[in-house]
Amino acid sequence: MSDQKFTSEHSLCQGCAVPIIVNSILNATDKQVVVGIATGCLEVASTQYPGGAWKVPFIHSLFENVAPTMAGVEAAYKALRKEGLKKEIKFIAFAGDGATYDIGLQAFSGMLERGHDILYVCYDNEGYMNTGNQRSGATPHGANTTTQPAGKESYGKTQQRKNIMEIVAAHSIPYAAQASTADIPDLMRKAKKALEMKGPKFLNVLSPCITNWKYDPKETVNVIRLAVETRFWPLYEVENGKYTINYEPKQNVPIEEFLKLQKRFAHLFKPENRHAITELQANIDREWERLNRRVD
Amino acid sequence: MRKPLTGAEAVAEAMRQLKPDVVVAYPITPQTPIVEKFAEFVANGVVNTEMIPVESEHSALSAVVGASAAGVRAMTATSSVGLALMWEVVNAASGLGLPIVMNVANRALSAPINIHCDHSDSMGCRDAGWVQIYCEDGQEAYDFTILATKLAESVSVPVMVMQDGFITSHSVEPVDLLEDSKVEGFAGKYRNTNGLLGDNPQSVGPFSLPNSFFEFKVRQEQRMERVKGLFISIGKELEKLTGRAYGFFEEYMLKDAEAVIVTMSSTAGTAKAVVDRMRKEGQKVGLLKVNLFRPFPYREIGEALKNAKSIAVLDRSFSFGANSPLHGEIKNSLCGGNMKIHGSVFGLGGRDMFEKDIKRVFQVLLAGREPERFIGAKA
Repeated sequence: MSDQKFTSEHSLCQGCAVPIIVNSILNATDKQVVVGIATGCLEVASTQYPGGAWKVPFIHSLFENVAPTMAGVEAAYKALRKEGLKKEIKFIAFAGDGATYDIGLQAFSGMLERGHDILYVCYDNEGYMNTGNQRSGATPHGANTTTQPAGKESYGKTQQRKNIMEIVAAHSIPYAAQASTADIPDLMRKAKKALEMKGPKFLNVLSPCITNWKYDPKETVNVIRLAVETRFWPLYEVENGKYTINYEPKQNVPIEEFLKLQKRFAHLFKPENRHAITELQANIDREWERLNRRVD
Repeated sequence: MRKPLTGAEAVAEAMRQLKPDVVVAYPITPQTPIVEKFAEFVANGVVNTEMIPVESEHSALSAVVGASAAGVRAMTATSSVGLALMWEVVNAASGLGLPIVMNVANRALSAPINIHCDHSDSMGCRDAGWVQIYCEDGQEAYDFTILATKLAESVSVPVMVMQDGFITSHSVEPVDLLEDSKVEGFAGKYRNTNGLLGDNPQSVGPFSLPNSFFEFKVRQEQRMERVKGLFISIGKELEKLTGRAYGFFEEYMLKDAEAVIVTMSSTAGTAKAVVDRMRKEGQKVGLLKVNLFRPFPYREIGEALKNAKSIAVLDRSFSFGANSPLHGEIKNSLCGGNMKIHGSVFGLGGRDMFEKDIKRVFQVLLAGREPERFIGAKA
């Protein structure tokens, strides 16, 4: 691409994966794009008046409504196309996991069910990271967050995270895929494929948060890679109901390898909390088996 | 053309003639027949509108925000808790300066749940930066929906047009409809070239820090300050087509009235009948019916009421622990005056307001006493 659509004029944290995710997706199409942004890290750090990083038009209004807001933009586009608008425009919504798994889930589901021609991207940093590490439905079991902290009587989050991919796939939309910045060509390929399809599409992209996952910046690549190698974050896609696992880890890497790099899980290595690691591992194994059963 | 229509149908007819590019629907009693009727128009190809049937009112207004920000004409309708659920988006729409028109069939807010009329829903967002117009009947709902569209698009402020749930929305009355071509000529087509899909698109809704936020809000207030002038000029233009006048309020037998009732919406119709009867008996009674509640025409109303001796302001909602919404505004309009200004609340949750109730208010005022605080409520 000759023209940069998302510049460096943002204030996202050093080492944040969000700009890489945004650029990988925007650069997957040559068509004109209109972007919708939910309240969150990306919005706060990239849309500051009067500057900002965006060289393509965006709309932000609230936290939980990027899906219906973009549905309205897309409906306006259809209305203009009926009276002869020629230019082809792609619609992309960006939202964090809080906006997607939690507060905006109903509105997101409505967008999927109604079939709007929108690519919805969740940059999943596993909690409300923008506001300082609160727990979300995407936060993994055992993580220490400020709203479900580890303490004398608590090992952090006691629940397993929600499987948003299965929720999305249950809407029988044309395309849903899980990706990560561990494999950017894979992310770009998925974005390109999604943007060439009609109807609602979903990309769930793991977005490690250096600030609140609390890992050594030099371990960034390892954290992202280990999320995939431990099967904590499988790379797969669901295309018209057909499941494909895009990467099969060669060996069984235990989840401890991923956890031990991040301070949000440090308390799990105390003897009294180790059961949480066992439970987290069991859930990962269960989810991996379930995913494999989906693949024929 | 005169047709027998419910208030809801009258609004749907206005919307049909205004040809919105996008209409978003979510059902809520008693608004539902507005979007149902409009959906029929879409289903039968009477209009070319893109219609989105969403999963909540929050999403309904969000989608309207998206469409309006894209640069086209977009509408929805709601009631009661639906409007309450929208509240966050109601404020976003006005903050973004989007020319949205939304009809509201007024209904009580929960709890307890009740599907009938009062004004607690729209009064709950009277400070949300929308123009608010309250309509007496289906004819006004029709006329003001047309006026509101041109007004909103002239000044980039969203407009709410209220009619009384069930009382107006579901009652059939004769409504004079303009010819389609006249409405088209009046309201034209809305295209914002700076919209997200325009030729010169501008982004919508940046993050604003303390160094810019205040100015955004001052500009929003300045847009609102332009509304009164435009309301009058656009109203004059519409009057040329309909032969009906559009003021901020209607004065009914007010000039020499000693006892005055101030109220809004369908109850004004009942009050007019009482005024007629009492005038025949030689009693100096009159009515001021407020149509434009936001922005509020303080000066003009103060002028219109300056000769009244005693006034009863009849509100169809509470502002718990404070003067009820209309009562407070009338007091503000007349501060410094010597007349007595009483406030009464009536009709909550669809409690009927009969002619005898209104007559009693006038009689009490004429006798120099205070009307009941809660008209029609059981002791």
